[in-house]
Amino acid sequence: MRSFRGGVHPPDMKHLSADAPIEVLAAPEQLVVPLSQHIGAPARPIVQAGDDVRVGQLIGEASGFVSAAVHSPVSGKVKAVTRTRHPLGNTVDALLIENDGQDRMAERVGEDNPNWRDVSPRDIVDTAMKAGIVGMGGATFPTHVKLSPPESKHIDTVILNAAECEPYLTCDYRLLLERTEDVIEGLKLLVRALTPPDAPPNRVSGIIAVEANKKDVFLKLQDMLQDKTNLLARLMPVKYPQGAEKQLIKTVLNREVPPQSQRGLPMDVGVVVQNVGTALALYEAVRFNKPLYERVLTVSGDAIDTPGNLLVRVGTSTEHVLKARGITDSASVVISGGPMMGIALSRLSTPVNKGTSGLLALSSSENWETMPCISCGACVRHCPMQLIPSKFSTLGDVGRYDETEHWNVIDCIECGVCTYVCPSRRPIVQHVKIGKAVVVPLMRARAEELRRQQEKEHG
Amino acid sequence: MCPVLPVTVAASAGGYTLFGVLVMLVIGAVLGLVLFAASRFFKTDVDERVEKILDVLPNVNCGACGFGGCAAYAEAVVYKGSACSLCAPGGADVECRIAEIMGASVGDREPLVAVVHCGGGTRSAHSAAGYYGIASCRAASVPGLNSPKACVFGCLGMGDCVAACKFDAMVMGDDGLPLVIESNCVACGACVRACPRNIIQLHPLKSFVHVYCINTDKGRDVRKACDIGCIACMKCEKICPVDAIHVINNVAVIDYDKCISCGKCVKECPQGIIVNMRKTRKEIDRLRQPVPGGTS
Repeated sequence: MRSFRGGVHPPDMKHLSADAPIEVLAAPEQLVVPLSQHIGAPARPIVQAGDDVRVGQLIGEASGFVSAAVHSPVSGKVKAVTRTRHPLGNTVDALLIENDGQDRMAERVGEDNPNWRDVSPRDIVDTAMKAGIVGMGGATFPTHVKLSPPESKHIDTVILNAAECEPYLTCDYRLLLERTEDVIEGLKLLVRALTPPDAPPNRVSGIIAVEANKKDVFLKLQDMLQDKTNLLARLMPVKYPQGAEKQLIKTVLNREVPPQSQRGLPMDVGVVVQNVGTALALYEAVRFNKPLYERVLTVSGDAIDTPGNLLVRVGTSTEHVLKARGITDSASVVISGGPMMGIALSRLSTPVNKGTSGLLALSSSENWETMPCISCGACVRHCPMQLIPSKFSTLGDVGRYDETEHWNVIDCIECGVCTYVCPSRRPIVQHVKIGKAVVVPLMRARAEELRRQQEKEHG
Repeated sequence: MCPVLPVTVAASAGGYTLFGVLVMLVIGAVLGLVLFAASRFFKTDVDERVEKILDVLPNVNCGACGFGGCAAYAEAVVYKGSACSLCAPGGADVECRIAEIMGASVGDREPLVAVVHCGGGTRSAHSAAGYYGIASCRAASVPGLNSPKACVFGCLGMGDCVAACKFDAMVMGDDGLPLVIESNCVACGACVRACPRNIIQLHPLKSFVHVYCINTDKGRDVRKACDIGCIACMKCEKICPVDAIHVINNVAVIDYDKCISCGKCVKECPQGIIVNMRKTRKEIDRLRQPVPGGTS
């Protein structure tokens, strides 16, 4: 099978939770709902302390185009506007909501819309915006922005990303297995939203891309998509990072997305990539008018008693989720997301947000000792972006982060492959993160300077 | 003429050696003339003031002036009219002498000193998690990495400021907080720029009273993170006789223009986070030791 260049094969550890059906986790008594659960401007709170809220009620409105609405995950009382930690470590505004346990639904939420199949493309995008839907693979980019490409870009393919290449994570797999039809309906909605009004209905095709370790799902999908002309399922080789947007497009369509340094986006090669969870959320929003206030995530790791897949309300604390499946004393690190790209949490009070695809508790006993770079080239050989990662770490060691720009540090997708293969256990991705933090403002300042000069010449 | 010369000279004994010497002499003379002409006609006047200023400057190339070293600053003063007062390590003395060279007058300059606005060392600030990774504050505070300290404002204690100081004016204390050796500090601001959490600020040397906290969280949250953080109780604000200390955004901030360093707020603070350097300064000077591994 054709694939992208580079990559690694970490042990996938999916057997821990792959056979556990999705269970509903009861909402805790108190939830801290962050107003910034997406990339872009934080939502503006529209409720105050003391207000009564219902499930699915709008509590934070989008404060710009690249922003997303936030809805109450439970019914109860808003206790305070407070601050909490984002998994990334920064402090964000949040609403503290006391759950009354009655799950009183907001108006119209959950009602079956009989005419949902006739919704126009524009209405689908509007619904995504109103329902606060964001990319649920972890990047949390607002979906309505992705569904509104500029007119100059001709989209011909929607890829539903079901690679789930991160070890341990099985939530997308379970969704595809248990709710196959609904996910396919979601994909159809995505295809429709991206089909221009004057184009034939088959202009845009939808592909569900699955890694070969999920063959049962692939066969089921193939069976169900038999009679569809513009929808199909694709099997991909098992390799990390198969689910990274650029690598996925390369494998499925053999198209190369221009790198970040050239401001390349999948839409430049006519593709929009969406996560399985996002498609399902869109389906539920269009058909049942249900905003995005809960998500399926995987709870796993060797320090979890009974790993599984849970439907969790946004705003539930990490501690509550972990305790629900039993966390053992051997746990030494808790990761939000997968082990390759996820973030080690420093506080268990960090709430689950729309992008939390998994919570892992691991009992790592490995001693992390960094050795000097021996120029073995393992990172260069495995880098899926064809960068030279060793350069980032050796430049970083001497504090010359500004020079990482020439080695295209901003093209790095931070997949963690280099750090994984490094025999000297060098924290290359951390160096990349610092490099980006140094280089991006420099580039912005230069672009600004250039713009000002051009303005001066013209005006 | 050229074909004739070797023939006639070659006739005499040892003529080839002589010929070589002659050619070199001619080349030397021609190039000498060219150099003379170049120095005569393409001459530019080097301002002798640049050299003089360079002699006055400390030549440590710390970059505190904002230029790429002492030579660049000297040129900037002469050719670009930069201010005479930018050399922080040189202080008032160097400023006066540069001004003298440039024929300008100087105003009074307030001597400054670096102050670390965090008192939460390993004994009082709570730890939230372990940290494995690059041992630098900058690395630990990049978005996407969680802070090991419970307080998201306080000192990370990995010594970026100590590494940035070129004047041996900072050492890492045993409680994980950097100490400023004030007699060495020239207020160049290198530590201020190195600190990713903006804890270090420059303040007048004549001020003795400082608030060692910058946590803008509410008192309840501060208590969870640190034993001694500012809880915004306003007691300092009430007792101040000159209206120089105010709780702004949940943390006490001193207005150094008004502060008379009377030390009343120091005694009033229930958290003990306002300190009087009048005694401590003497203490630090007494404790001052050669920095391990530092330059002599």
